[in-house]
Amino acid sequence: MRFEITENEPLTDAVWDLRLTGDTGAITRPGQFVQVALPGFYLRRPISVCAWGPASLRLVYKVLGQGTEAMTHLQPGDALDLLTGLGNGFDPAVLGDSPLLVGGGVGLPPLLGLAEALLRAGKTPQVLAGFNRAEEVFLTEDFRALGIPVVITTLDGSLGLKGLVTDALPSLRFDSLAACGPLPMLKALHRAVQGVPALYSLEERMGCGFGACMGCSIETASGPARVCREGPVFRGEELMWA
Amino acid sequence: MKDLSVTLSGVTLKNPVIPASGTFGFGQEFAGWYDLNLLGSISFKGTTGEARFGNPTPRIAECPAGMLNSVGLQNPGVDHVISEELPAMRKLFSGPLIANISGFSVDEYVRCAQLLTREEQVEILEINISCPNVRHGGMAFGTDPAAAAEVTRAVKAVATKPVYMKLSPNVTDITAIARACEEAGADGLSLINTLLGMRIDLNRRKPVLANVMGGYSGPGIFPVALRMVYQVTGAVSIPVIGMGGVSTARDVIEMMMAGAKAVQVGAANLVDPMACPNIIVRLPEEMDRLGIHSLREITRV
Ligand SMILES: Cc1cc2nc3c(=O)[nH]c(=O)nc-3n(C[C@H](O)[C@H](O)[C@H](O)COP(=O)(O)OP(=O)(O)OC[C@H]3O[C@@H](n4cnc5c(N)ncnc54)[C@H](O)[C@@H]3O)c2cc1C
Ligand SMILES: Cc1cc2nc3c(=O)[nH]c(=O)nc-3n(C[C@H](O)[C@H](O)[C@H](O)COP(=O)(O)O)c2cc1C
Ligand code: FES
Repeated sequence: MRFEITENEPLTDAVWDLRLTGDTGAITRPGQFVQVALPGFYLRRPISVCAWGPASLRLVYKVLGQGTEAMTHLQPGDALDLLTGLGNGFDPAVLGDSPLLVGGGVGLPPLLGLAEALLRAGKTPQVLAGFNRAEEVFLTEDFRALGIPVVITTLDGSLGLKGLVTDALPSLRFDSLAACGPLPMLKALHRAVQGVPALYSLEERMGCGFGACMGCSIETASGPARVCREGPVFRGEELMWA
Repeated sequence: MKDLSVTLSGVTLKNPVIPASGTFGFGQEFAGWYDLNLLGSISFKGTTGEARFGNPTPRIAECPAGMLNSVGLQNPGVDHVISEELPAMRKLFSGPLIANISGFSVDEYVRCAQLLTREEQVEILEINISCPNVRHGGMAFGTDPAAAAEVTRAVKAVATKPVYMKLSPNVTDITAIARACEEAGADGLSLINTLLGMRIDLNRRKPVLANVMGGYSGPGIFPVALRMVYQVTGAVSIPVIGMGGVSTARDVIEMMMAGAKAVQVGAANLVDPMACPNIIVRLPEEMDRLGIHSLREITRV
């Protein structure tokens, strides 16, 4: 599917905000992802849908390797070939009336679309966002603009609470959880919130991103699952984490 | 109307384009993109005697012109394939199917072949001999002419459909394996499977794949695959299905000029789900440009 870039601007030293126009009809839920074809790279890059409208799409990506570095050179007016509407996404119905959305670094973007969906469903989400230091903070103002309270933790204490997102949990009241971020963070959350309905969005290296290659399989309580198809979002009780 | 049809051991395909095993699942994922009946045939995911989860992740690594995979033959097992996957596939595709069979012992190949040969829609058995023989120190059946011949004979003894042996390129002389399969009674050959490769993550100073090594496929292997198809078709007289890096209609014609009777498309499906239908649409245009009226007139150069 052909999309056209309208904006591609840095939010921090490493995180970029990419806005596009195109047919978003295949996107049905927050937490789904797109597969971005990049000239010169054989495999597509999976990037979460941050937010979308009927003909607009927002992706927020962090420069990690050569592919995401190449993305920073994309200009407004450039065309980008995307496969859209991939994965299951977050099911807002699984979450209670006051869900906590926890994002670690670049795990935050899909939670913005989820927050919008939760507000539409009449729920009152709060956000807990973990970063390394103050200069790396991004997207938190977008949540606040929706009227959603945001608690920030930084590893070095340069902004908000000093420490990890799990250090902030005891001071927060919530009836359910949705999280996206590094695997150690997700596992620590899972241990900390046993018994609370929880959704975790996972990452795996992908061949296709649409279920054909079995490149991204994990073992779950109900058998093998493809992160790109049955995931990337899994209920806590499905995950075989110790 | 150009004649795109080809024949493999008496099985007629409306065109020579076949999605390769392991890159097309059981077709379900592609049915949302296009009508699978456009395809000549489908080689479905490598099936083993029991369900297999496969290798730990990461199982995928990118390469400049392709990818490595160490999926490790994840599949739901032959019984589930027959009771669930094939009936579901029949609703999406009415043409001839190629059953890709893998095994870790001769008995496993035989059991799968015995069951799949009875399936009406399965018209060709494609036997993947790139798997390690667990009874003999894990050496791949496809790297030893005697072991390749043993599998061929055992499967032929139970098969009622044409048997195509799928060869591994990770050998010194692929024509020796090809001849051994032909002498043991193979009806045809499929080649090539993936080339053994490896990538290292420079930052972590560790292999990208959890399994360390994996199979290389995609456009980067096309010249190697083409060379092997050319060598093998010069050494045997049974039909050959060519594959390895095929991504365009011109690649299909080039494979056929190297001696292949039909062509499989693998990794290309993963990066462009429309790869096969796009190739099929472009084939008549390329044939026009090259003055080819029927694919059947293409002979080995
Ligand atoms: C479902 C899903 C959603 C994602 N959403 C976002 C997002 O919204 N924003 C964001 O910044 N990042 C996201 N990622 C991670 C992003 O895909 C990787 O950072 C990116 O692919 C790295 O590409 P590269 O070329 O820069 O890195 P390289 O290391 O050069 O990439 C080499 C290969 O490894 C793959 N790869 C490397 N790291 C990852 C990773 N963490 N996950 C999956 N594949 C990887 C690449 O896709 C490529 O095939 C998501 C990943 C998944 C699986
Ligand atoms: C993800 C993946 C899974 C594969 N699984 C199988 C398999 O189960 N059985 C098999 O015979 N070949 C398997 N192959 C090999 C392909 O069928 C094909 O022989 C090879 O990839 C070369 O073609 P290509 O370069 O067009 O991909 C697999 C390849 C890939 C990329
Ligand atoms: S990435 Fe291919 S099946 Fe998930």
